[in-house]
Amino acid sequence: MSNVDVVVTGLGATTPLGGDVASTWDALLAGRSGVSRLTTEWAERLTVKIAAQLKVDPSEVIDRVRMRRLDRSEAIALIAAKQAWADSGLEDAGLDKERLAVSFGSGIGGATTLLNQDDILEESGQRKVSPHTVPMLMPNGPAAWVGIDLQARAGVHAMASACATGAEAMSLGLDIIRSGRADVVVAGGTEAVIHPLPFAGFANMRAMSTRNDEPEKASRPWDKGRDGFVFGEGSGAIVLERADHAKARGARIYARLAGAGITSDGFDIVQPDPECKGGIRAMTKAIRDAGLTGADIAHVNAHATSTPAGDMGEIIGIKAAIGTHPVITSTKSMSGHLLGAAGALESIATILAIRDNVVPPTINLDDPDDRLDLDVAAHKARPLEINAAMNNSFGFGGHNVALVFTRV
Amino acid sequence: MATRDEITSGLADILEEVAGVNPDDVAEGKSFTDDLDVDSLSMVEVVVAAEEKFGVKIPDNEVQNLKTVGDAVSYIEANH
Repeated sequence: MSNVDVVVTGLGATTPLGGDVASTWDALLAGRSGVSRLTTEWAERLTVKIAAQLKVDPSEVIDRVRMRRLDRSEAIALIAAKQAWADSGLEDAGLDKERLAVSFGSGIGGATTLLNQDDILEESGQRKVSPHTVPMLMPNGPAAWVGIDLQARAGVHAMASACATGAEAMSLGLDIIRSGRADVVVAGGTEAVIHPLPFAGFANMRAMSTRNDEPEKASRPWDKGRDGFVFGEGSGAIVLERADHAKARGARIYARLAGAGITSDGFDIVQPDPECKGGIRAMTKAIRDAGLTGADIAHVNAHATSTPAGDMGEIIGIKAAIGTHPVITSTKSMSGHLLGAAGALESIATILAIRDNVVPPTINLDDPDDRLDLDVAAHKARPLEINAAMNNSFGFGGHNVALVFTRV
Repeated sequence: MATRDEITSGLADILEEVAGVNPDDVAEGKSFTDDLDVDSLSMVEVVVAAEEKFGVKIPDNEVQNLKTVGDAVSYIEANH
């Protein structure tokens, strides 16, 4: 447990459910699906023809010339981060930018740029390749652009831990403030790789849902009929701030990021540990880091992606690390799986669940897996007094991250 | 054979497309970097687009001599 208190003072997002946090949260509470049929020509040649696509295209928010030099993942990271920054009220607070850091990652990074520019190279030769290619495809690009835009001078970090990236970015932000290196960290995740290559790769792993004729029903965590995750794109950003700094400037505080737990499985490059041993250790560490016990955790925003192999291990983990009492949900049933942005969006959902005392629903849980013996907020949002809640994120490679948020 | 005005106008279209420069600001006396705010990477894009539009080759060692719109117009006029 640290003696430095870290709180959340700003939120930003652009997701398949809405172009900002308010519209995304409204859609989550209403149980709306952000999954739809892909209308691109290439989708007809693949087995997976559905995705959770951004509700608001970044080109509607960022001008055309600037978009020319941004990978889509960078553009939406900027949109989410700027929203969070504006929401925090820090713009007019006279913050010393040498006390501002950025922790922003992506699971796959600028792969769309890489692949598109390779097409240009093959078809038209070197001369036609964009001189912006490298800053567009480099995995630290989103973090770097956010840092430039906000003039952050205390360090810019870009982690990559697959689908745990967004959550790990929060954990690093917490560490940076606790260590005294910065007073404020803009932390988040971004992903935008709706392109045939990653689709083909994930599809050939048999990891993605092929419920192409019922897109809105395709993401169905813990349901017997689940057949894989739904690929999503989006970005989420959170402003983390040292609590006394936030209080001194009279900031609106959403919640406290009270603890984080990170572990690795050391087991398999894609399979999660079936007994969730690494996940249990991460959850246990996060609870201890927050100075709480399992009994305090009223709600868990679970990682559950809707894959046959992955969903049930976490149930074992939650019971072992927390108990049978928390009301759990998987907002991926609505947002799809935002990969490197998942932990960021789901942290936002966890924070707002605390603020509003409500658990967003898990839609499509029509026929629960026989091994599901925890209380899920199925179909409809559930009012619940929540003073402490957890967000779990697990990633290919055996990355496990648990975050504990509490009411201030 | 394009006139100087036609070349200037063609460059203005490219500068708008690549760097968001207002075509009304483009004139022979304007510096790409100091007046029109075209950075080095955008300048590469401008050169490639100009080569295509005017059917010229603009070697890299020539690009550094093209400080103003007028320099570029003169080079294109002499070489296309």
